[in-house]
Amino acid sequence: MAKSSNNTNLIGLEKQDYKGSPTTLCAGCGHNSISSQIITAAFELGLQPEQVVKISGIGCSSKSPAYFMNRSFSFNSVHGRMPSVASGAMLANKDLITIGISGDGDTGSIGIGQFKHALRRNTPMLYIVENNGVYGLTKGQFSVTADEGQNLKYYGKNDLPPLDLCLEAIVADCGFVARSFAGDPKQVRPLLKAAISYGGAALLDIISPCVAFNNTSDSTKGYDWVKEHDDPLHDITYIPVQEEITTQYEPGETSTVTLHDGSQIVLRKLDESYDPKDKLGAIQALHNSNSEESLLTGLIYYDPDRPNLIQTENLVESPLVHLTTDALRPSEDSLNQIMSSL
Amino acid sequence: MNIVNDFSIQVATPNGSGSQTSNLVLLRSLFKMGIPSSGKNLFPSNIQGMPTWYTIRCSQEGYVARRDSIQIMILMNPETALQDINKIQPGGVCLYPETAKYNFDREDITYYKMPVKRLAKESGVSSALRPYVSNMVYVGVLASVLGIDLFEIQNALSWHFKGRQKLVDTNMPIIQAAFDWSQENLTKTDPFQVERANLTDGKVMVDGNLAAALGAIYGGVTVMAWYPITPSTSLADSLTQYASLLRHDDNGHATYSIIQAEDELAAAGMIIGAGWAGARAMTATSGPGISLMSEFAGFGYYAEIPAVIWDVQRVGPSTGLPTRVSQGDLTACHWSSHGDTEHICLLPGNVAECFEFGWRAFDIAEQYQTPVFVLSDLDIGMNNWMTKPFSYPDKPMDRGKVLTADQVLENGFKRYFDLDGDGIPYRTLPGTLANGASYFTRGSGHNESAKYSEDPQDYVTNMSRLRHKIDSSREDLPAPIIEQIKTASIGFVGFGSTDPAIIEARDRLADIGVESSYIRVRALPTSLKISEFIASHDRVYVIEMNIEGQLHKLLQIQSPELATKLVSLAHCDGLPLTASWIVNQILEQERGPNGKIKQ
Repeated sequence: MAKSSNNTNLIGLEKQDYKGSPTTLCAGCGHNSISSQIITAAFELGLQPEQVVKISGIGCSSKSPAYFMNRSFSFNSVHGRMPSVASGAMLANKDLITIGISGDGDTGSIGIGQFKHALRRNTPMLYIVENNGVYGLTKGQFSVTADEGQNLKYYGKNDLPPLDLCLEAIVADCGFVARSFAGDPKQVRPLLKAAISYGGAALLDIISPCVAFNNTSDSTKGYDWVKEHDDPLHDITYIPVQEEITTQYEPGETSTVTLHDGSQIVLRKLDESYDPKDKLGAIQALHNSNSEESLLTGLIYYDPDRPNLIQTENLVESPLVHLTTDALRPSEDSLNQIMSSL
Repeated sequence: MNIVNDFSIQVATPNGSGSQTSNLVLLRSLFKMGIPSSGKNLFPSNIQGMPTWYTIRCSQEGYVARRDSIQIMILMNPETALQDINKIQPGGVCLYPETAKYNFDREDITYYKMPVKRLAKESGVSSALRPYVSNMVYVGVLASVLGIDLFEIQNALSWHFKGRQKLVDTNMPIIQAAFDWSQENLTKTDPFQVERANLTDGKVMVDGNLAAALGAIYGGVTVMAWYPITPSTSLADSLTQYASLLRHDDNGHATYSIIQAEDELAAAGMIIGAGWAGARAMTATSGPGISLMSEFAGFGYYAEIPAVIWDVQRVGPSTGLPTRVSQGDLTACHWSSHGDTEHICLLPGNVAECFEFGWRAFDIAEQYQTPVFVLSDLDIGMNNWMTKPFSYPDKPMDRGKVLTADQVLENGFKRYFDLDGDGIPYRTLPGTLANGASYFTRGSGHNESAKYSEDPQDYVTNMSRLRHKIDSSREDLPAPIIEQIKTASIGFVGFGSTDPAIIEARDRLADIGVESSYIRVRALPTSLKISEFIASHDRVYVIEMNIEGQLHKLLQIQSPELATKLVSLAHCDGLPLTASWIVNQILEQERGPNGKIKQ
């Protein structure tokens, strides 16, 4: 990408400007890898840090906004309610770039309602679920994405089937549904960039192993299992709006997705038959993947046509927070007219 | 002797029968005849079929509180007729459809039978619409019996249908036919009548939820998130209706957003998120919604985020009586959420104050960087009240202590540092383009720099500052309205919609020699003027519509040294308070052992 010097990005900032505070999560926690990829993606995209808001709920995942992009605004909200806070912030200031950080408990259990409704409204935001199948901060209870039949040290056997958050998202009409693995930065990074460029609600469900409570070799949320069973749909290259596509691909080998801001992602297909714009196909693929005990990763579903929340609300060009009294307080005459009509 | 412009009319109908149009037309006609009038809808939590009663009070003296006694009863609901007949005061009037086979045994009232079915049939409207237009028959009969001007009825009908002539033309002929029939066939033997007066000149009639919505619009609301709940829904509906008329740019784009959220938790989250990002954000809800919003209320208090929460109170606890009025959420709002919180509460006592607090609440929320509750209730919110036209906001919007990028670059920024000593820190808005402008908002422990902290001293410093901040709002919030009678040994404290009943009760007590002062509380935390008021009387009655005496308890905490002077008069049965109840309570309390009123 074009850089003004070797160490600075498009807007003249160094990577240091995107760093966060030292992490207090466990050594080896998948969340730290994700934070690190967010830093790199934001730096490479040249995001203005102060224009970015990091909003989270409660849990280990929701602590992670402290560990990246200290120059950005951050809002560590209440458990399961990150989506509503993000929606309010975006309505107030549509020019913000919202990164929502949540976990499988924060989103799949206490927050499943707000999760689905924010996607349904197409609130412009990158919605990251750092998914490890377990409650870390309260020491190892099963979450709603835990495997059926799985055993954990203190809580015994999990008798219930898991929720697949990507399936839930597709059913809620989310127009950008992707899954990845914290241990695969090459895939996480272009997906992060594409999700930020999408312009609506973009879900990124990232399997992010919990080394303290759920990293056994048979756990579908553990490092070993995912490395063995990862089934990527495609190789992904993100091409920012400023750059031309230079690599040549054989026809039929790739598909190109143009995002809301004009940037593109090139998907080099690993599965010839997969079309991320086919909703039922995506649902079928997820279903197959779950029953075959593999982990489908990549851009699973994509719909560029849904209007986002700001468009649905028909808001003025200026962010609402920048409006002054002139625009916000109707005239005295108008009040008098209403009074005489009563 | 004739009784002129001073009686209550009650209409008993099954709900969903379309009687609301008839009742509102009657109310508006009387109001437009210059007669002080008020209407109260007593309705069930149901869409169709359950009993509902609408009461209109005319009062030459201008009293608008609910009155215990009914002088004129219109029985349109067979299900409740036998109970309703007994509500009529001796000498009163009962109107009912001629086809009803009632065995009424009261001989102390006047009966008028109305040919409801026949006139509805003769009107020629389709049989499907007949039940609805049937209610127009009692409008016509009553107009004839009482002397209500048909011209005003036609105007009211046209106003109600927003000028849609076809609807007026469907209904007005039935009213006219009923009027004509009454003139020819009924012999008036009752004493009640109306006479044109000029006592409503310059006034308008409006409900409190519309007033609140207009107040919010003129207060520059930018984000409203809500979830449907009686009795606050019409506030959101009115906001939607009027914002669409008043708040667009030249291209038709909105300068506001109204979101019907998935629940009250999300509504609260949205306004907290929006308030954080700099919006003038509000929600409207009622008791159950207040419960659901409490976690975010505590978050807003601790993280210091402005937002406005309207609570149009109904009867709790739990689902309670969803369509009946109470003032039972006072402590729930004031101390909403776990841990030590204390929220600023505004307490409008009439529709004009719903408008005023509608815009002012945003100024207060942004000035103090905290959620502000506004406690209206079902009676103010959903019923129609006479009022002077609302006054345009008399001061510019106060957006509070918000730093610009330049100010941050020049002076630096610590989010929770008490620079001015008033407990109110400075804030920046997300998107402020200055290195150093950002901060970390959290509901967990934090220090002056908004960094995570479990340090005991940081916690204490922060909480003490919050206490100081809320305390410092005391005399800055809408001041209590005081009417001090120098010779009175007793005083009344009230708030909200009990105002009309207290006004009337004080007059009636004064008539029999019991003088009283009155202070109406308009905000929490309370002004010290209230303590002065209590101190300057021998006994102070705290009048409120709940069971526990919530304001009474708050005032006892506020002024423990005066606690024994305070007497709780708390009553809640779901109906608006009446002057009679207050008068009886006071007489009972004030009567000494010898049966005489204390001096």
